[in-house]
Amino acid sequence: MQPLTRVEGRAIPLGLKNVDTDIIIPAKWLKTISREGLGAGAFEALRAEPGNVFDDPAYKGAPILIAGDNYGCGSSREHAAWAMLDLGIRVVIAPSFSDIHSGNAVKNGILPVVLPQEAVDRLLEVAREGLEISVDLDQQTVTTPYQDRFTFDIDPFRKHCLLNGLDEVGLTMARGEAIGGFEAQRTAAQPWLMRGTEAA
Amino acid sequence: MGRTPTPETMDPNMASRPRTLYEKIWDAHVVETRDDGTALIYIDRHLVHEVTSPQAFEALKVAGRPVRRPELTLAVPDHNLPTTARLDSAGKPVPIADPESAAQLAALEVNAPAFGIRYIPATAKEQGIVHVVGPEQGFSLPGTTIVCGDSHTACHGGLGALAFGIGTSEVEHVLATQTLLLQQSKPMEVRVEGDLGPGVSAKDLILHIIGTIGAAGGSGYVIEYRGRAFEAMTLEERLTVCNMSIEAGARAGLIAPDDVTFAYLKGRPMAPKGAEWDAAVAYWRTLHTDEGAVFAKSVTINAADVEPSVTWGTSPEDVVPIGGRVPHPEDFADESKRVAAQKSLDYMGLVPGTPMTQVPIENVFIGSCTNSRIEDLRAAAAILKGRRKADNVRWAIVVPGSGLVKAMAEEEGLDRIFTEAGFEWREPGCSACLGMNPDKVPPGERCASTSNRNFVGRQGPGARTHLVSPAMAAAAAVTGRLADVRELV
Repeated sequence: MQPLTRVEGRAIPLGLKNVDTDIIIPAKWLKTISREGLGAGAFEALRAEPGNVFDDPAYKGAPILIAGDNYGCGSSREHAAWAMLDLGIRVVIAPSFSDIHSGNAVKNGILPVVLPQEAVDRLLEVAREGLEISVDLDQQTVTTPYQDRFTFDIDPFRKHCLLNGLDEVGLTMARGEAIGGFEAQRTAAQPWLMRGTEAA
Repeated sequence: MGRTPTPETMDPNMASRPRTLYEKIWDAHVVETRDDGTALIYIDRHLVHEVTSPQAFEALKVAGRPVRRPELTLAVPDHNLPTTARLDSAGKPVPIADPESAAQLAALEVNAPAFGIRYIPATAKEQGIVHVVGPEQGFSLPGTTIVCGDSHTACHGGLGALAFGIGTSEVEHVLATQTLLLQQSKPMEVRVEGDLGPGVSAKDLILHIIGTIGAAGGSGYVIEYRGRAFEAMTLEERLTVCNMSIEAGARAGLIAPDDVTFAYLKGRPMAPKGAEWDAAVAYWRTLHTDEGAVFAKSVTINAADVEPSVTWGTSPEDVVPIGGRVPHPEDFADESKRVAAQKSLDYMGLVPGTPMTQVPIENVFIGSCTNSRIEDLRAAAAILKGRRKADNVRWAIVVPGSGLVKAMAEEEGLDRIFTEAGFEWREPGCSACLGMNPDKVPPGERCASTSNRNFVGRQGPGARTHLVSPAMAAAAAVTGRLADVRELV
């Protein structure tokens, strides 16, 4: 995963609420066994509309996406994060995110920034003018050329992983002994919990 | 029967504070907590299907990592599998026509045994939708943590399990470590007082709940469903309710296990047996919210207010009673919802003010992890018996949730009721719930669907979905429009 510290650039002013992961990447694109190339199917239904923000040359290659409430709701498909990454999106700003999708985003080096609706509305205005927005993860700020400055909260573990491009699996593999201890206790006290498919 | 010692009951401080059911299950699975508050949570059961696992297995291969506890994972294909006959007349497997789908299904068939994981093949009678198979096999158990690379994993909460969907990176994490790094959610209570009226199902209730609290109403929470309406439900009805918790934005939904749960699980192939069964039940009886435990959010709904429900838009929060009308965008207080409502109406091809019962239907889908169990099929068949689908209903299919459900339905003669009513009787799988396999709703056409999502393009590009219960789907098939099932019984 690519570390993320600071992202500067234009922002795609989507603004829509309840953008579900079926909208981000429809199911027919999920037949792949790879993580690559999903940008081609990203936001397919929205991109079929004439004059859509994704194909507007003003926002071509923009690394920031601004959306409405409940971004990434619905299906747990991580393909949504892979598709966004393939489009070059590294930051999504919205008033709220679905729990699963925001986790998937972070694990792929995409920063979900939660800001109040008024701040999001202001950033949408700035983005529509084609101006650059700056997101600083270390400082936890979003700033504009108009001197707007919004601060955001982020879970410290997520911040740590994003700043350093850390692989969670590697981190947890190092805790193998603690996991083994937990399993031994379980096996002694509640052996049926540990049988799984072997119970049949 | 004594209380089985577990990590949380051995710690007197943790046991003395009144806790919600969610907090009890969470506490029992904390391996360790990081300084920043993130917890390493042990995962008891992991379900794997073909769509969200190939990249996880690939990553393990690349890193040379084994699966830590293969016996705690169960693999079964469902999403991408065609629901037409799986064996030809000579008893040979029918090849999958779409090469990409075939490759993805083949990857699971190879990956699961290569990593020592139990795999249920497409042709086995135990095959089905992961969320139907887990409870049916007794693999999913009360008080366990259950995950799957599928958001409808919330379903298993109907057994009193903490069950939630995960992404593919987390699938890899669970395979490699049998744990996940998680932040604790907040406990939320949805209390339903009173009893549901006649002709009102568990599906109608969960649609009503989502319509009330909104598609983000449960965001950041784990919902516990409490009250007599849930206690009176069968286990399958509880699975339907918990299944759609994710449609309210909640990571998971739970109903406390009770005698209904234990009776359902007893004797299932992977459920505990003998003395272990008794010990398990004794433990499960401790799994309820304590008197005085505090919920971070609480919503109360009167069961008498719930009617057979339908969706009109493209978010599962777009719910009206069947006696209602298509809303006007101006009816909504907030600007972004007005914009969204107008977009939904354009997509759905609906005119504000139209009575829902005047909306014609061309397709009917009975199936999905929400509503494909035997009781769902019985409820639909009870309406269809001696009736036929209306002429304007072009396509009507029933897709049982598993081979075992299918066999049971055939034994009861339900398949004949469906086929005589003009329905196609299919093989188990996710089918038309998600527009991935060949079962799709054509562009611009409407579908009365027992599935869980009415998103834009969910059942196929341009498809228009109205979410309903199985009995309401049957009523739509018979009348050729959305209809109040209570007028047909």
